[in-house]
Amino acid sequence: MLNNKSSAPKSISSFEFAIEAIIRVLGFSTIGFVLLIFLFLLKEGVPFFYKTDLINIFGTRWYPTFDLFGTLPLILGSVAITVVAVIMALPMGVATAVFIREIAPGWVREILKPMIETLAGIPSVVIGFFGMTVIAPMVRETLGVATGLTIFTGAVTLAYMALPTMISVAEDALDTVPKNYRDAALAMGATKWQTIRHVVLPAARSGISMAVMLGMGRAIGETMTVMMVTGNAARMPLGLDALFKPIRTMTATIAAEMGEVAGGSIHYHALFGIGIVLFVLTFFINLAAARAIFQKRRKGGLR
Amino acid sequence: MVEPKIRIEKVTYAYGGKEVLKDISFDIMANTITVLFGPAGGSKTTILRMINRLNDLVEGTRMSGRVLVDGQDIYAGGTDVAALRRRIGMVFALPLPLPGTIRENVLYGLKLAGITDKMQKDTALERSLNQAALWDEVKDRLDHPAVQLSGGQQQRLCIARSLALEPEVLLLDEPTSGLDPISTRKVEESLFELKSQYTIVIVPHSTQQAARLADYAAFFLMGELIEYGEGSKIFTAPRNKRTEEYVTGRFG
Repeated sequence: MLNNKSSAPKSISSFEFAIEAIIRVLGFSTIGFVLLIFLFLLKEGVPFFYKTDLINIFGTRWYPTFDLFGTLPLILGSVAITVVAVIMALPMGVATAVFIREIAPGWVREILKPMIETLAGIPSVVIGFFGMTVIAPMVRETLGVATGLTIFTGAVTLAYMALPTMISVAEDALDTVPKNYRDAALAMGATKWQTIRHVVLPAARSGISMAVMLGMGRAIGETMTVMMVTGNAARMPLGLDALFKPIRTMTATIAAEMGEVAGGSIHYHALFGIGIVLFVLTFFINLAAARAIFQKRRKGGLR
Repeated sequence: MVEPKIRIEKVTYAYGGKEVLKDISFDIMANTITVLFGPAGGSKTTILRMINRLNDLVEGTRMSGRVLVDGQDIYAGGTDVAALRRRIGMVFALPLPLPGTIRENVLYGLKLAGITDKMQKDTALERSLNQAALWDEVKDRLDHPAVQLSGGQQQRLCIARSLALEPEVLLLDEPTSGLDPISTRKVEESLFELKSQYTIVIVPHSTQQAARLADYAAFFLMGELIEYGEGSKIFTAPRNKRTEEYVTGRFG
């Protein structure tokens, strides 16, 4: 290195320096932008929490026109739809990952993997449109409910959107289980299914929980699809029948109302306040995912 | 003439179009230790994995010839492969404790076989850990995670895991390659104990170990069986020149 530098003409070394400087500035500016966005979110959102009473904030009614800013139905709406979506996506995602990694012959795997990656690239508005025109009428007709725009419909579309992420992460997790584990189980007379059930899946457990977390993160932040298929009624999702009634999520509220709100009003701050809540929720989900990775490393049980 | 426990008959085995075993035939006698030795790349492991049909999982292979266990062709149609693998235990080069406790590890094979009787499980647990010379070290912490054991203990745990199923044959693929000399000796001592009840086939991790263990020895070179016979003869008076050069350390 040193030799190189001293023997190189001066113009080249200053060129190197300039390139390096540009790359460094670009790198740091990314961090800077993220910080600025976060600060902006805080600046616009925090006033909501001290300009409004706590009782109002944690109320059950969201009617901005009457200065009622109960965020509870929105938070619960987001949580309910995410949980239902994950419950639907988890078995399918894990089963698909197991099929791709453990059961399918090589050529099937080569076809399936790019197809699943393509699935991840479908714009959410397209999935929303599909949910609106196909799934919602189906739900309405088969279940005989008043409207097809429900938690259930939203969860189905979200599950569909979370699947590609979950499948690829779960598949990676299965891939890191040493081949020797499978040999060891098979050598003891385990069948293929017993090997998957008792050895491969437990060994990949932390990776699979990471897949769930990432799928959750994908689902809770999704806006366009849920806005299109959940009916957008800010009501409390209580009881099992709420599953087949409309709901409104935090993301849909922000997207729908931000365009019409008067800048600087309580309503405006309230929308950013919801943004903060959403940010905190996603942060904790990501934290949980990171913890799963960290524990896996620390235990060293998975090599 | 005593019937052999395992008979390898004119086996040729190709992987990806390349022959890795060429017309191999030899017998493995019951209640003996047979070592398969030779330089790396001699396909010794392939033979082990052929005896319990673990090679089945590898794609793109071709095999001709027969492998007989107790006179039965294990590659004949209708063979229950899972049952065969319970009769023929295998221990791998790297100690591979499965996720779970020591107890779970040892009893794993029994669980797979659907054995739930507590008495039977407890007996198998103590017997197999004793046979693997591990019982005294772990008897007070059977419910601790198996990964907490040292490498040598883990390997003996893997041996115990195979023995819990009371197999007839025990295949060992360089079981001591990752172990320190003291652990290696413990494993070797338990193998001497075990051969009265089991047929042992081992790929040793050194020629010295091969010489220490062998009742019978088979010398493999580039997929060919060069010489096979009683261990005492092969390591002191080999008939083949290449065997002699290898055991005296002139190549390999």
